[in-house]
Amino acid sequence: MATQHSRSAARIMMAPAVVLLLGWMLVPLTMTLYFSFKKYLPLRGGDLGWVGFDNYVRFVSSSAFWPSVQTTLVIVGGVLLITIILGVLLSILLDQPMWGQGIVRILVIAPFFVMPTVSALVWKNMFMDPVNGLFAHLWEAFGAQPVEWLSDASLLSIIIIVSWQWLPFATLILLTAIQSLDSEQLEAAEMDGAPPLARFGFIILPHLSRAITIVILIQTIFLLAIFAEIFVTTGGAFGTRTLTYLIFQRVLESQNVGLGSAGGVYAIILANIVAIFLMRIVGKNLDA
Amino acid sequence: MGQITLNQITKSFGDVQVIPPLDLQINDGEFVVFVGPSGCGKSTLLRLIAGLEDVSSGAIDIDGTDATEIPPAKRGLAMVFQSYALYPHMSVRKNIAFPLRMAGLDKAAQDAKVDAAAKVLNLTDYLDRRPGQLSGGQRQRVAIGRAIVREPAAFLFDEPLSNLDAALRVNMRLEISELHQSLKTTMIYVTHDQVEAMTMADKIVVLQAGVIEQVGSPLELYHTPRNRFVAGFIGSPKMNFFMGAFASEYNAATIGVRPEHLSVSHTDGKWSGKVGVSEHLGSDTFLYVEVDGVSEPVTVRSTGEVGFRHGDTVHLTPDPDKIHRFDNQGLRIQ
Repeated sequence: MATQHSRSAARIMMAPAVVLLLGWMLVPLTMTLYFSFKKYLPLRGGDLGWVGFDNYVRFVSSSAFWPSVQTTLVIVGGVLLITIILGVLLSILLDQPMWGQGIVRILVIAPFFVMPTVSALVWKNMFMDPVNGLFAHLWEAFGAQPVEWLSDASLLSIIIIVSWQWLPFATLILLTAIQSLDSEQLEAAEMDGAPPLARFGFIILPHLSRAITIVILIQTIFLLAIFAEIFVTTGGAFGTRTLTYLIFQRVLESQNVGLGSAGGVYAIILANIVAIFLMRIVGKNLDA
Repeated sequence: MGQITLNQITKSFGDVQVIPPLDLQINDGEFVVFVGPSGCGKSTLLRLIAGLEDVSSGAIDIDGTDATEIPPAKRGLAMVFQSYALYPHMSVRKNIAFPLRMAGLDKAAQDAKVDAAAKVLNLTDYLDRRPGQLSGGQRQRVAIGRAIVREPAAFLFDEPLSNLDAALRVNMRLEISELHQSLKTTMIYVTHDQVEAMTMADKIVVLQAGVIEQVGSPLELYHTPRNRFVAGFIGSPKMNFFMGAFASEYNAATIGVRPEHLSVSHTDGKWSGKVGVSEHLGSDTFLYVEVDGVSEPVTVRSTGEVGFRHGDTVHLTPDPDKIHRFDNQGLRIQ
């Protein structure tokens, strides 16, 4: 009896959380699905009835769709590449005994605490501004013509900004992974005649592979949804319109809720395709 | 070849000198065991020989050449670590072949050597497994295999058996001894277990606080310990020490008698005491006897079938030829 009571008590106590989470997920999802089959223009006549798959066809056939998918993948891929390569190097560096290690580690983590909007503004105005930015001054100091970052190298600029935000996360996870490496393995490799680069390639990197997959998985989920960085810097111009941003424009700038919702469903499908691939890789890596 | 000479080597970590100046000669083909309590510097000494730590001063000679500044990989030594330090993401074959691969051997030569080593160590069936799928003893053998294929001048073992259970430890002890017989390569073995030291060594080096207390064959150490520390450390169960009036009778500050050199009787003997715990092992019985004037219970090794009970009064007589006498510095009196 006691167990049955506690079981039902547990259910009751878990209910609020479950209901909240379900509502959190199910309500927006159903609403998105619902609107995606409607012609719904809030400022131009409101709900204009069911249209079947019209929105889906229009969203994909729009000239902005495929470029936006490409932009999304370039940003996600670029940021992953930069954060993981630099993250591995930084974590190895931070693992070395050095003076002021505690403070350096805190400083490295700091960018992660800065809100995306704020960091994008700081980068836009303090670093990348072609007149007053630090980069402009640096270029001028060498007698070069300052780069107009956000219009000439817009995609690269956004990749740099987002990488700066996510590098601490990658570094942190990889640093803890490096610290869990048994030092005797490195010593054994040293005795076996492996020079430092071979020790990195044969011992450290395989040891980090699990942590790297986890970083890729988690970052991808968040990077697919970056928005503030684009909104604050380029506003989607100069080829920086990601899928997320395109949906935003469809819904709020063109005031076409139905079309935007169809785009949202595509985004869900894209995210799931990526997730399936990643889960397979992670699953394979976690088995080892 | 595998002759190693340590010449006045010292090691300090910061201000703490863990190894004061130390000399040691290890001959070709010898099985040398470094033994001592935890923190006595025996592992540090091994790591100095391996080159994983740099000596603070002094010189290490390997086969007549000064190896003090030579990096570990070039010293021609192979090491087996306490944690085995196998590479978890590589198969057993790749683990064993790793040093050969680093040396740039071609694939066929690697395979031939790995197969030969696997055969010696009974690992042939496990070559394609990962270390995580092996038992402790098998992992140990893989670690030894990785050392063997390099054909080193000397093997260094750092407490290799301490992660194994008792039964397996006895087996591996025999296997390592067998290996030494067949390879005839110099082996240096670090342990805190004096039983391992006694059973395996040609030469035992007893260390305490970085200082060599005595170097000698197992029986030399057993029969003529140079001081009280060695006397107490070598031999199981431990030697009994008697001070005060017991010792002055023999013109010594302390006398030591091993448990196997005390005879016990119900009726008469030199010293008397009360039986405390008695441990029956079948072949032997260990009696712990409380003797007035001796702080710790006196251990007596007796035959398997003695009828002593807790609280019985017994009489002990030492074998007069087997009494070890020590002066007030703890040094042996001849």
